[in-house]
Amino acid sequence: MRVLLVLMLCLAALPLRAEEVIAGLSQNRVSLTVNFEGSDILIYGAVRRETAPAETELDVIVAIEGPPQPAVIWRKARRAGIWVNTDAQEVRAAPSFYAVATTRPLGDILSPEADLTHRISTRLAIFEARSTVDRDDPAAFTEALIRIRENEGLYQSRDGDVTLEQDTLFNTRILLPKNIVEGTYSARIFLVRDGDVIDEFETFIDVRKAVLERWLTNLAYDQPFLYGLLALFLAVFFGWGASAAFRLVRS
Amino acid sequence: MQIYLPIAETSVNAFTLLGVGGGVGLLSGMFGVGGGFLITPLLFFIGVPPPVAVATGVNQVVASSISGVLAHLKRKTVDLRMGTVLLIGGLIGSIIGIWFFNLMQRLGQIDLIVQLSYVIFLGIIGALMLQESLRAILRSRNPNAPRRKLHSHTWIHNLPFKMKFRASGLYISVFPPLLVGMGVGILAAIMGVGGGFVLVPAMIYLLGMPTKVVIGTSLFQVTFVAAFTTMMHAITNQSVDVMLAAFLILGGVIGAQLGTRIGLKLQAEQLRILLALLVLAVCGKIAFDLLWTPSELYTITVPGRF
Repeated sequence: MRVLLVLMLCLAALPLRAEEVIAGLSQNRVSLTVNFEGSDILIYGAVRRETAPAETELDVIVAIEGPPQPAVIWRKARRAGIWVNTDAQEVRAAPSFYAVATTRPLGDILSPEADLTHRISTRLAIFEARSTVDRDDPAAFTEALIRIRENEGLYQSRDGDVTLEQDTLFNTRILLPKNIVEGTYSARIFLVRDGDVIDEFETFIDVRKAVLERWLTNLAYDQPFLYGLLALFLAVFFGWGASAAFRLVRS
Repeated sequence: MQIYLPIAETSVNAFTLLGVGGGVGLLSGMFGVGGGFLITPLLFFIGVPPPVAVATGVNQVVASSISGVLAHLKRKTVDLRMGTVLLIGGLIGSIIGIWFFNLMQRLGQIDLIVQLSYVIFLGIIGALMLQESLRAILRSRNPNAPRRKLHSHTWIHNLPFKMKFRASGLYISVFPPLLVGMGVGILAAIMGVGGGFVLVPAMIYLLGMPTKVVIGTSLFQVTFVAAFTTMMHAITNQSVDVMLAAFLILGGVIGAQLGTRIGLKLQAEQLRILLALLVLAVCGKIAFDLLWTPSELYTITVPGRF
């Protein structure tokens, strides 16, 4: 009897998933082909609910994250008249790509606690290294990382870019720029009410170099000697071949 | 049309690449210069990471000099003995250069080192070329002006370990050619150039080689040192991008063929001034980037990427 009571209490304590998010992507594979110029991904979905929606406002957040990498951020200073990298700070892991799209400004719809749990805002997606050097402005380096990558289109904050219709259907577009790296990109979709995440959906985008590019990269890193010979062969073949061809044409 | 470069991991415009290769090829055909010292900085300007630009530039040097060295070998205008000594020096220099390059890359200073070397060398070459061609024009206006003595004996010729270089008609110590070759090897590894612009004057004025074997012998050394340096960059840095090289070479060989024909028809001395000014302009642009307060003080490096 007591066991049953505990079980009942546990079930009651479980959140009632009154609203669920279902989402899809226009493509789950991106191929970095020879003429790759960037790729536009459409993220769309719907909110499924059993009961009537709550009175409070419903929001949707879409976050796409590229494979994380360690990074070193350098700061230049003038030394003997020229600008030289002088200070450096390491970052344990920073996403190579990060885009957050929302229905309304992120700060207005998500509580800082929920942001911390789910690591949604760009600043929280970056894991700083515990630096042994005491620096007076450690934040400046992380801010610079975000600023530079925002300028390159690698980090995107797109407040208000998600369209939500009748609290049910939503969609947004996110551009993967031409300078993205290979790997598995995660796409997370959050339903938010009263500053809290009420449901989450995750899917993946596989970004891969196309056959020839893949083959060349693998050769360069796995068989660098053969790759070097290939580079030399191409140079000799074209360099000598072209002048031989021109000689033939002329005679 | 954009082309994705698998090693640089970015896209650049295919026509820009063909234009860079073709334009530099045209100049090299017209003036008989290698052009590596223009290709590499032009690649920086279009956004190719400096390590990739240097390694791929040196690969392109192989393509642009191979047919020249074959022609000279056939005509027997290569001092093979001198070429071999220069080459041994070059290989040693290349190893030193690659070691230094990789060290600077780990320290995050490679971009600066490459840019500084370009400012210094382009500045010197540009100024010398400008002075040389202005003097040539003055001389052609005033044919009675005294000519410079080409070959004089200096302390360099009195060093030990003398060796006979029959094709050049020289009996000199092996150290000067070894050191000259080494310097060229270092430049090839750090700057992604052939180094002919340093080698040719050094062979004429320092070693006192006769002009008829200078071009062939320097091409011989440059081709092999560039090939070796390409291999070293490919093995230690994985920074040679064959996709990038293919476009540069394609543009370069066509440009060079056209340039050779144009060069035969045009007045070389006036054009040489233009080439000198172009070299100085590239030098000025790189110097400006180093001296002017950058709009972004921070840069990001990702270990294992360029």
